[in-house]
Amino acid sequence: MCLAVPGKILTIVGEDTARTGSVSFGGVTKEACLAFVPDAKVGDYVLVHAGFAISIVDEDEAAQTLEYFRQIGELGELEKQP
Amino acid sequence: MKFVDEYRDQAAAARCAQAIARITTRPWSIMEVCGGQTHSIVKYGIDELLPKAITLLHGPGCPVCVTPLELIDKALQIAARPEVVFCSFGDMLRVPGSGGDLFSVKAQGGDVRIVYSPLDAVKLARENPQRQVVFFAVGFETTAPANAMAVFQAHTQKIPNFSVLVSHVLVPPAIEAILGAPDNRTQAFLAAGHVCTVMGYQEYLPLAKKFRVPIVVTGFEPLDILQGILMCVEQLEQGRAEVENQYARSVQSQGNRPAQDLMAKVFRVVARKWRGVGEIPNSGYSLRDEFAAHDAEARFGVAGYSVDEDSECISGQVLRGVKKPQECPAFGKRCTPERPLGATMVSSEGACAAYYQYRRHEQRSLAAEKPSQDRSQDRSQDRR
Repeated sequence: MCLAVPGKILTIVGEDTARTGSVSFGGVTKEACLAFVPDAKVGDYVLVHAGFAISIVDEDEAAQTLEYFRQIGELGELEKQP
Repeated sequence: MKFVDEYRDQAAAARCAQAIARITTRPWSIMEVCGGQTHSIVKYGIDELLPKAITLLHGPGCPVCVTPLELIDKALQIAARPEVVFCSFGDMLRVPGSGGDLFSVKAQGGDVRIVYSPLDAVKLARENPQRQVVFFAVGFETTAPANAMAVFQAHTQKIPNFSVLVSHVLVPPAIEAILGAPDNRTQAFLAAGHVCTVMGYQEYLPLAKKFRVPIVVTGFEPLDILQGILMCVEQLEQGRAEVENQYARSVQSQGNRPAQDLMAKVFRVVARKWRGVGEIPNSGYSLRDEFAAHDAEARFGVAGYSVDEDSECISGQVLRGVKKPQECPAFGKRCTPERPLGATMVSSEGACAAYYQYRRHEQRSLAAEKPSQDRSQDRSQDRR
């Protein structure tokens, strides 16, 4: 039930608790409440749960996690060498 | 899809599993708290990639599973009333109460509707002032901001015909109950990434310290889960017990403050009963007094009702990681997703339902081939 899906904000309307936007999930667009991500801008990726954006995806952190997996591979290759 | 597909890379998953195997020197038991993570682990076979020494225990983080029987019965009573439009997330409709489920109420003429967001239910109430619209507000901390906003909007926009049947539960008290039990087997936790997206992870620091357990905030994709396990094993092998954050692309230490502020405005912390587990102090939310007009239990007079659960079901032990689903004699026989005896067979995120969906056929064919095979041989056969 705690599923949240990342999507890209296309438009934003309204303010405070009425702040909403259209969010694209791989091409499928849905309305989401943006009241809990007041700093989110058009073009940002947000995680959406039950029609509410609960966080702005931190793209630098996302890239760092992937870099970690690349380094794990290199480490494994080094350990294989005699 | 961006931020999803790249975290499902098979080669990277294999490398991460190898890294876990390289550093593991003895048996460790790690619990993933969230049912969404349980579902990913069983679906993608993540547990089968791990060295034999690592055991994954499946925790209580499935809100559909832990919603107590009496609350389902209350939902059924309210939904059957002619003036009511009963709205819920889809996965609650099949959950059995003492007599039937919400689908059966719908089949008998009840107006039961599935909504994507609680705000859809508020909109229904606004557009249908002659009807009583009730939303089944179930969930962990992840869902609480959405449900808080629905109540807040109904209150401020003066929509008197909107109410909520609240069954909100909280993760940290459940972790504490698991660690404090005499039969606890859990040595480290993967904390639920989306719960922590809302709440942050400050609440977990005293738990890690008090019980000397590593807690790693972890995401939901296969690579997230493998990295979370690797970070747990690193801590266990080094004798550390700290809170770490694998899911930093979404989780910040303090969580989502605007969401927490609204939750605090609408809800107060109370003791809650967990299906299969029992009552845990300070483990859930109820509406604050100023929003009591939107409390469906009071509005429809169903407060104070209580029932006992099926005695054959071992879901309480499964939810605390003491037993695995297939250790239950009723699993797959008297208890199936179509006719569940209890909590963990109900939702697709429940451990029993996940094992039933993804492991049942393998277990049957293996049992027919060689009943005495050890676990590593089982795995090599599973992948054939």
